[in-house]
Amino acid sequence: MTDIAATAAPPTETATLPARLAAGFVNRLVIIIPYLWLLFFFLVPFIIVFKISLSQTAISMPPYTPVLDFKDGVAGFLAGFRELNFDNYTWLTQDALYFNAYVTSLIIAGISTILTLIVGYPIAYGMARAPATIRPTLLMLVILPFWTSFLIRVYAWIGILKPEGLLNQVLLATGLISQPLVILNTYTAIFIGIVYSYLPFMVLPLYSSLEKMDYSLIEAAQDLGCPPTGAFWKVTFPLSLPGVVAGCLLVFIPAVGEFVIPDLLGGSQTLMIGKTLWNEFFSNRDWPVSSAVAVILLLVLTIPIMFFQQAQAKAQEQGR
Amino acid sequence: MNSTWSRFNITSIVLGFAFLYLPIVLLIVFSFNESKLVTVWGGFSTKWYVSLFHNQGLMDATWVTARVGVISATVATVLGTLAAITLTRYTRFRGRVLFSGMVFAPLVMPEVITGLSLLLLFVAVGLDRGFFTVTLAHITFTMCFVAVVVQSRLVSFDRSLEEAAMDLGAPPVKTFFQITLPVILPAIISGWMLAFTLSLDDLVIASFTSGPGATTLPMKIYSQVRLGVTPEINAACTILIAVVAVGVIIASIANKRREIQRQLDEQAAQRG
Repeated sequence: MTDIAATAAPPTETATLPARLAAGFVNRLVIIIPYLWLLFFFLVPFIIVFKISLSQTAISMPPYTPVLDFKDGVAGFLAGFRELNFDNYTWLTQDALYFNAYVTSLIIAGISTILTLIVGYPIAYGMARAPATIRPTLLMLVILPFWTSFLIRVYAWIGILKPEGLLNQVLLATGLISQPLVILNTYTAIFIGIVYSYLPFMVLPLYSSLEKMDYSLIEAAQDLGCPPTGAFWKVTFPLSLPGVVAGCLLVFIPAVGEFVIPDLLGGSQTLMIGKTLWNEFFSNRDWPVSSAVAVILLLVLTIPIMFFQQAQAKAQEQGR
Repeated sequence: MNSTWSRFNITSIVLGFAFLYLPIVLLIVFSFNESKLVTVWGGFSTKWYVSLFHNQGLMDATWVTARVGVISATVATVLGTLAAITLTRYTRFRGRVLFSGMVFAPLVMPEVITGLSLLLLFVAVGLDRGFFTVTLAHITFTMCFVAVVVQSRLVSFDRSLEEAAMDLGAPPVKTFFQITLPVILPAIISGWMLAFTLSLDDLVIASFTSGPGATTLPMKIYSQVRLGVTPEINAACTILIAVVAVGVIIASIANKRREIQRQLDEQAAQRG
């Protein structure tokens, strides 16, 4: 596109000086517009969250005392550093509730990620081995639920998992159980919700790495006497590892901060950090503490997010 | 039939798709339930759809959601396409690592963090929360999804086409609109649709950044769900699903047509 002038062959003789200048200007705009947008609406907000996590709660609108403002010039800004308080962070370490919420969220997200992998792998594998003619249809069928609302899909499970819900009705009618199972408002319901909602995120990267695989490798392994399970663990699984990593990160990272699923399926007894943040913000109206919760959550997720970006960058290089 | 497609493969696909679709099918079925009890079948009825259209709050929320969706998806598509071009075409410029980080991180960022941080930004700059702020928030988080979709198309794009156009004297901007844009258009369209559905869907970010008078449909559904499950919500969800499904099906048929047309053109060109 417009960058040709900058990177490829020297400008042709037909290109006049104003035309070249215009092309250079367009070049820069292409980078600058999305860059500035993301800086202002993605990076700057994080700095503000950090800033407010260091302020104090106040009964006003907005409900916190201002810190590090430029209202009093640079000197005022520098003086502000002395007034910073880390009370919100001390508060987070003192109350076991927050620590438990972080740990529980990580464990729930971890277990759900493994469950999603176990459920998703056979599906992705089956799709990759399907006749090439029906593969696009299968792919479309995996993506389609992703287009329907997340909230709706979680809501649908309430009717199924309720004590008098459809699952219990079926199980009672078939005589498998004599008492209705209590699933809704437990951690089990959260696991089901996360596996269900995030399944396409796992299946798609798995499928794309399994589809590219050369299946004559497995035949070779089997010809050399390797049993099918051995061939799977020694050949198929290692080759699909990029897909496994991408899928797991796509499920794990958002699941840690998940709000809708624990709120609707987990009930009031379950503890997850996304829900804690929400309650601090909307119920307690404590903006500084919820900012501190967000900062710590972001720090916890920094390493997995960096892994995810590396995986993305690598995939981009390979696609080239 | 392909011999390597074993019974195990077929079973796992069937079970997997049953798991994916059964809850949605049940939700749709029970929206036609006569009984107010969502899980007990009391006969066929469309009365919940009728009462839906008399629910003014729900109708207002739908209108807000549709406007936010169209505006934010359109702006996000422009910004996301520019970001995708930047990512694929400009391999070295100052701050490229930061830029790609800012494009990829929002894809996995927990929504509560994005929502809170955007809200604090709007408060800091003194913007009143409402329709405008929700739209800005939705543009920001959906443009990254558009960027990824368009980028995957640009990566496989044959650049010699562009070079040919330039060699024949087409200025860069004209080359973009006449050569590049038509080729990546399907990706741009699916990027728009993805952005639109993500916006239609979003509860968490909208709850943080919205203000009085700008309640979106998911916010409305959520507040009703918290009070209990009713067939009316099932009906609202069914309509939403139908709208999205029809959109996706039309888009994929159009895509297939274009693909076939392209193949025919290529064959004609080879014969010609």
